[in-house]
Amino acid sequence: MEKELDIEIIKKETDLLIIGGGAAGIFAAVKAKEMKPECEVTIMEKSNIKWSGCLAAGINAINAYITPDETPESFLEYVKNDNNGVVRDDLVYTIAQQLNQVTEEVERWGLPIKKDENDNYLARSRRSIEINGDEFKPILANRVEEEDVEILNRVVATNYLVENGEVYGAFGFSIRENRFYVIRAKAVICATGGASGIYKPNNEGGAKHKTWYPPFNAGAGYAMGVRAGAEMTSFEMRFIALRVKDVIAPTGTLALGADANQINAYGENYLKDYDRITTPIRLQATLRENKLGRGPCYLDVSHLDEEGCEGLRKKFLNMSPSIVLQWADREVEPNEEPIEITGSEPYIVGGHGQAGYWIGVDRSTTLKGLYAAGDVAGGAPKKYVTGAFVEGKIAVENALKLIKERSEKKVDERFIWQEFQRVYEPLQQPGILKPQELEIRLQKVMDEYAGGISSGYQVNRKKLLIAKKRLKQIEADVERLKVENLHQLMAAHEVVDRILIAKVVVAHLLHRKETRWPVYQANLDFPEQNNQEWFKFVNSVYDSKREKVLIKERKCHDLEEVGVQYECAY
Amino acid sequence: MSVRINNKSCNLCGICIDICPGNLLLKKEDKVVIRAPEECWDCAACVKECPTQAIELYLPSEIGGRGATLRAKKEGNERIWACKNPAGEINEYRIKIK
Repeated sequence: MEKELDIEIIKKETDLLIIGGGAAGIFAAVKAKEMKPECEVTIMEKSNIKWSGCLAAGINAINAYITPDETPESFLEYVKNDNNGVVRDDLVYTIAQQLNQVTEEVERWGLPIKKDENDNYLARSRRSIEINGDEFKPILANRVEEEDVEILNRVVATNYLVENGEVYGAFGFSIRENRFYVIRAKAVICATGGASGIYKPNNEGGAKHKTWYPPFNAGAGYAMGVRAGAEMTSFEMRFIALRVKDVIAPTGTLALGADANQINAYGENYLKDYDRITTPIRLQATLRENKLGRGPCYLDVSHLDEEGCEGLRKKFLNMSPSIVLQWADREVEPNEEPIEITGSEPYIVGGHGQAGYWIGVDRSTTLKGLYAAGDVAGGAPKKYVTGAFVEGKIAVENALKLIKERSEKKVDERFIWQEFQRVYEPLQQPGILKPQELEIRLQKVMDEYAGGISSGYQVNRKKLLIAKKRLKQIEADVERLKVENLHQLMAAHEVVDRILIAKVVVAHLLHRKETRWPVYQANLDFPEQNNQEWFKFVNSVYDSKREKVLIKERKCHDLEEVGVQYECAY
Repeated sequence: MSVRINNKSCNLCGICIDICPGNLLLKKEDKVVIRAPEECWDCAACVKECPTQAIELYLPSEIGGRGATLRAKKEGNERIWACKNPAGEINEYRIKIK
């Protein structure tokens, strides 16, 4: 096959391999070089680090920051409350401790942060500050390019190099050149981001990728970990964003940045009757108003004057320009019509929700040699961009210690050949299915039977068992995939990874017999509160041989019990 | 979501092809084309990077697009966005980016 396809196999050695050149990955790479300049660092990036990942469109605020009204302790309390008590206190707290330090650091790298009249950062809320983040990603990319870091753009990671449960590197293929990469490393940090495209999206056809989370984040980091047998946590907690209808623009910019009230079709502020307003409750309340016939729901910015409208447009141009096009197409000013809101499709993401690798406080995964940071790391919701920086930094501090004691490992040629065949098979096999066809089938099943938009985000056992059965058939059809070029080959591997992630999501949803993450995880069979079923983590390890997701439970600890010592997961 | 490339203004520099996060832009018969408009996320990276403002962002009809477009250019420390509504009126917005 190698000869027929004319693919060159590139073998490389490095000290530290970082998979994913987004916020966590770039910060980790820069820190590695600062802490140990002689350390060889390689970044494997499926796109081009200049504009890749979640920051591609820019952002207008940093949402995890400790303003003078907050402390790391109060930040933890907030995150814990928002997630009904089930979070990894040690992970959230260690993030909170360094949020401000990393923010100041990226300001030194060139990020423009807005200031108030006293030259302090301009607060948007108690945990949020305003920035001009149009070029946030190029600023990060420029900083890492100043260092002697090898950047492999347009190389899609496919699997880890694993031996006896330890990770020694990763495989990847280029989508621009006929090159297959085998990279051996003394330590690997996975920083690939979460997964979109598991569920049917809000919009269809030409607008199918008008999503909250980047459609190009297909969950490779999760899938690689699952296949390698890493322990994963909280995949039942899907993140569903409250967004502007159609253009899926951020609502925080309106609620926090423009003091907009959430109103129903009759102009009533429907949140005023709630004692406790958390991120998921804002969404749940909106769905409820619609169900009770009081929709559509809106964010009301009719109080804005001309200057306020201009400011609002600019904030969106910094992050989500499509709403500006929506106003232009409708020929209205932002204050002329209330802005309709809706729930997004569910995403699997550890930066807003908490699905991801089960990690130690040192950000080690359960596989020695592998660390996780950012959206792909579980247990610490609401970490956002600055939290991803902190996790990248902590992961590097500990990976560097491991590099010192670890010797290089020779790769068994059989493993290389096996992975090479798996990767290029869709170009070779006599199939008929396009990756997009399989993706549509996957998204339909997940939407209808695993709590997507059309099922009101709710699940029950009967439906989940149908999802499980249908997924098995979809998985079997992977061998019928047929692609013609390297771009489509990437799409084929994206759908393969998404199917596996969906399997894990369904297994987790079946296991959690409670309902306390409103909307994110709503099991109609178990509407009652039951602390025994609630205060724990649902984790899983995949048995590749039997193709089964094995569930294991882990206890939920308070910070006082576990402290913040750097504890390894493996 | 998607972008449209004006081949008359495009100088074929290839920057957009180099940076598109979705690997969606490519050169075909001496033109830059988008391989699948429906795959575009609307991040506008190519719109911002294009040195000749040959790329514009528009809303597809599935979400009510009526022909409004957005283009961008960089001037010093500012990004200048030009938004054209369906009637052809253009409004400019200047944003500090550095």
